[in-house]
This record gives sequence, C-alpha cells and structure tokens, in this order.
Amino acid sequence: MSTIAEKKEKVSVPFDYNKYLRPNKLPHIWCPGCGHGIVLKALLRAIDRAGLEKDNICMVSGIGCSSRTPGYVDFNTLHTLHGRAMAFATGVKLAKPELKVIVITGDGDALAIGGNHFIHACRRNIDMTVLVMTNSTYGMTGGQYSPTTPLDAIATTSRYGNIEPPFDACEMARASGATFVARGTAYHTIELERTIHDALVHKGTSIVDVIDACPTYFGRANKYKSATHMMELIEKDGTVNVKQAEKLPPEKLEGKVLRGVLHKVERPEYCEQYENLIMQKAAAKK
Amino acid sequence: MAQKKKRLLQGNEACVEGALYAGCRFYSGYPITPSTEVAEGMSVRLPKVGGKFIQMEDEIGGIAAAIGGSLAGLKSMTATSGPGFSLKQECIGYACIAEVPLVIVDVMRGGPATGYPTGPSQSDIMAAKWGTHGDHPVIAVTPSSVPEILTETVRAFNLAEKYRTPVMVLYDEIVGHMREPLTIPEPGELEVVDREKATCKPEEYFPYDDRHLVAPLAPFGSGYRFHVTGLNHKQDGFPTNDPKVIDRNNRRIIEKVETDKERIWKNEETALDDAEVAIFTIGSTARSARFAVNELRKSGLKVGLLRPLTIWPFPDAAVAELSKRVNAIVVPELNLGQMVHEVERCARGNCEVEALTRVDGEPITPAQIMHAVRKYL
Repeated sequence: MSTIAEKKEKVSVPFDYNKYLRPNKLPHIWCPGCGHGIVLKALLRAIDRAGLEKDNICMVSGIGCSSRTPGYVDFNTLHTLHGRAMAFATGVKLAKPELKVIVITGDGDALAIGGNHFIHACRRNIDMTVLVMTNSTYGMTGGQYSPTTPLDAIATTSRYGNIEPPFDACEMARASGATFVARGTAYHTIELERTIHDALVHKGTSIVDVIDACPTYFGRANKYKSATHMMELIEKDGTVNVKQAEKLPPEKLEGKVLRGVLHKVERPEYCEQYENLIMQKAAAKK
Repeated sequence: MAQKKKRLLQGNEACVEGALYAGCRFYSGYPITPSTEVAEGMSVRLPKVGGKFIQMEDEIGGIAAAIGGSLAGLKSMTATSGPGFSLKQECIGYACIAEVPLVIVDVMRGGPATGYPTGPSQSDIMAAKWGTHGDHPVIAVTPSSVPEILTETVRAFNLAEKYRTPVMVLYDEIVGHMREPLTIPEPGELEVVDREKATCKPEEYFPYDDRHLVAPLAPFGSGYRFHVTGLNHKQDGFPTNDPKVIDRNNRRIIEKVETDKERIWKNEETALDDAEVAIFTIGSTARSARFAVNELRKSGLKVGLLRPLTIWPFPDAAVAELSKRVNAIVVPELNLGQMVHEVERCARGNCEVEALTRVDGEPITPAQIMHAVRKYL
C-alpha cells in the first residue's frame, strides 16, 4: 500500500514531453489560443502509452498550420506538399511497413486539395493513423473558408456568409472504407489521448477528426469573444460523446457533433495483403 | 559459355528491364498512354524480386508515393506521359529541393492537354527543364532505341542516386512502342550506383550537410531521425528564413549538377569529323537523321549527326564546338521548336541554325531531313 506522500509524488510527476520533442525547434508557429499544441501533447502521450519507438515512427504532413507539427517532434519527419501527405505516406509505409506512419493534416489539406488521396488511403486500408485538425479555416493563408466551414460563417473569402455545405470528415472516411474512424476535440484532452491511442494501435487506416478552433481567423471573423469562449461553444457545447449520446433523447442531440470512436471494423491491411498475396503469388509463378 | 538469349522487347518493356537491373524496388504510378506498359511490367516483376508496386489514385499520388518510397530507402520510379507529366511537376520540384533520388519516365505524346495520346512527340523537352516552378537542377536522358532505353534507364538511376535528384527518361511514343531485339546484360556488365550511405553518428547527421555538394542520404527508420521539407532549409533539414542559407542552397542544388556536367553529358557523333552540315536531334527523330546521313554520304555530301543522350543539362560544349566548324546545324524535332533555341544559344551565331518541326502526330522522315540539310550544302 502506498503512502499519501508517494501517491502525491506519482500524480505530480509531469509527463516528459521533451522525450519526443525537438526542444531547439520551439517555440512553435501557432497563435495564442490555437489548439494545435494541445492536440500535439495528447498525441505524444498516446504515442508513449502505445509504447512506440521514436526510430520507428514516421510523421508525414502536408501544408498548413497543423502540418508544421512534424518539425517539432523527434521522429523521422516528412513535411510534404499541400494535400499530398497521405500519398507520400503511402509510399513510405509500403516501402517500409515496419514503420508506424502518422499523418498530421488540416481540414483544407486533407479534404479539399488532398481529398482524393484521403478517400483512396481509406479505401486501401493501408496502416496509418491520420489526424485531421479541423479548424474550419485556412489559417496559414489568413482565414479563407474551408470544406468544413459551417454555412453562413464569415471568412475572408466568404464575407457575405458561406453558402457551401460543410464536409463531415468521419462520414467521408467511413464511406471510403477506413476501418477506424473517431472524433475528438482539443477541449477533451484526456478523451483525445485515449482516442488517438486506440487509433495508433489499430491495424489499418485510422482517421481521427480533431475539432480544433482557430481563434485568430475563424474566431475573430465570426465574433467569438475569446479563444476559450470559442472552445466552449464549439468543442464543449457543440459535441457529445457517442456513448453518452446513446442515452440522450433526440432533441438533446440536435446540432451536436459526435465524439469518440464512431466506427471500428477489422479488414485486411494493404501492406500485409501485398506481402501475403501478391508477393507470394508472384514468387510462385515462374 | 552459353550464348546469351536475345529477346524481342518493346521500348517500355526495356525500361522495366533497365529499372530492375538498376535495383529499382519501388514503383508507383497511374495508367496513361503511351507509358502504361511500364506500370504493367513493374506490377508483374517487382513482387518477384521483393519490390513494391502500387497503382495510385492519380498522377500526383503516383510521384508522391515514389518520393516516399525513395526516402524509405528503396530505389524508386514512376512513369507517365504528357498530361501526367504536367500533373507531376510540383512533386518534381519537391524532389529537387528535398534532394530525393527518383527516376521519372516520360513517354512523350502529342499535346497540349490530352492532345494525341497515341501519337509520338518530343514536345516535353522544355517541360522537363522548366515545368516545375523555381530554379532547380534537371537531368534528362534521351534514348532512341529499345536497347538504349534499358541502358539509359540504368544510367538514369545511377545519376539520380549519385546526385540525389530526380532524373527523367524522355523518349517519344515511337521508341516506347517499337520492338527490337535485345540481350539483357548480365549482373556486373553495366555500372550500378547506389546512393551514398550515412556512416556518422545519428546525432551528427545532417541530411543536407554543408560540407558536401551531395550529402549522404540515410533512409527513414534507420536510426537517423531527420526532417525533410519542401521549404528552403538549413543543413539540418529544418526551414529557414536566413537569406544567406536560402541563397547558398538554391545555388548548391544546381551546382551539384552543373559542375559535374561533363560526367553527365553523353553524346553520340556520326560522321561529324569532316561535316559541313550537322544534324542535332534525339529519340526516334535521330533514327530518321541517321538514315538521312547515310543516304547523303552515299552521294558524297558531308553531313553528320550529333545525338545527345543527355538533353539536360544541355550539351553546351559539344554544340558550341560543333558550331565553329560547320556551316549549319539543322534541328529536327517533333514539336514547334524547343531544342533549337538551346542550339542557337550555344552556337552564338557561329553558324546557321534551323529548326525542322512537325506536330501532326507523324514522325519526321529521312526525306524531310535530307531536304532541309541540302539547302546548306
């Protein structure tokens, strides 16, 4: 039995983020109030929990604010072109299946310019974990509307209100064949860590849509009082965990976005199929 | 020793043989006429030798995955034609700045846009050099026969690995689809170059080490954890806004090719010693030109042929030297005049330079070349 003092000590030992960071590459480029750093911390804790080795992780990203993440982490890191992260990642994974491939991408990067790669990586069920940091704006270019910007929202390219209906990344992933689909938010950090962990240990394409507000552009343009106000309205009040949702009446779920693991099935993974079927059949055939 | 078996192969099939000979173990691409047989061949052959093939969802994915495969340590290739070559251009620039060895085969068809998918063309010469934005190094080889597609594909891999840069294999549809007898070389018969491996301690490793024009490249997952980006970067691979570093790197990636171009150049000269008129051309057009030279020589006319097997970097020195001793250089090409501008630049007014162009989807004939050459004799 541990003493109170021991328990206190256990609780107070902070997680050593520096184990996975490149401290000399900090500070990061993200604005005050941005959730990307919170998501990164949840990811690093999840990686630690999953027991992954730094040498065996390849983190791949596209272009945008969230895609700057690989520069700050001490893995094999590949910052690619706008929209192409999942295509580059497919090459890395197929060439070296022993690597754990993690893709960091934004909603514009993954769902607009990179939409085709997103669909087809899910369809192949190639083993990679993809974090889509959904902030409903193009932050790097100064706040244009994105494929997840809500109707009527103001952006620098939708000054009269957005008339394009938004995408649901999770529905898209599920329809495309991803075998693990989940959603989290930067507000629910403990839950997010658990969700990312489950995604990391899943074999196949795992998609985690992370709702992560942009106070600088989306927030100011749409009259949110502050970054925390924005997090509370969009991430806390705007979402409900999928398990809690089961117990709630339909009227309480109206307008709410579901969090947690939304879809999980087992299906053969692409690289394993390639090795077990194609390579064996090819070897057998003269 | 048993006599080596001759095989009748198509140009695109010879490309597959060349890639495998060079040690290519990763192919990703997208089907497009007239290059598709390269993908088909690789899909059959690669898994037999432990290699990986994937048909991607589009042309961009085709080259992006190949860059990923190369960074993971496998010699990688993609193949395409006209419209696909346009789509791949951003990724070509990425491979240039990130210094990723890669072979890109472009089987040239008529353009612009969808153009003439089943017709020959040599209209991607400038797209190969300038298709991607920004200043960047380019190496492109131009075989003109089926056996040469094999040997030049091997050379393309060697150059890509040696200089850590994308290398293009450019040939027109005629060469890609024609069939010729070919003997597959034995292992060791042709030189095969592998990229320089990192041997330092991981903590001392810089993927763009300042001390080298071409730094060793460690594969991902080998204990050397490093960063790769398409942004201007420092020697450690991380982005920089330092004007001096940006300038140095932008110049270095070009210098690594430019300063060594005498080793990259490869020209074939036919009957040039006493020539009064020279023909400068590549690919299937060089086959017509060779025929024309033979015919004209039979009549005692002093005509020769300079055929570059490396079109980029452009064979400046050979053309400059030639321009001083001939009356004219005729440049037949299956486009509306691309190589001819480079020839004019190098000739510096020393001799006449004339383009002979054709864009109706038919090859330039020996008769057309003879007619163009006779004017200067």
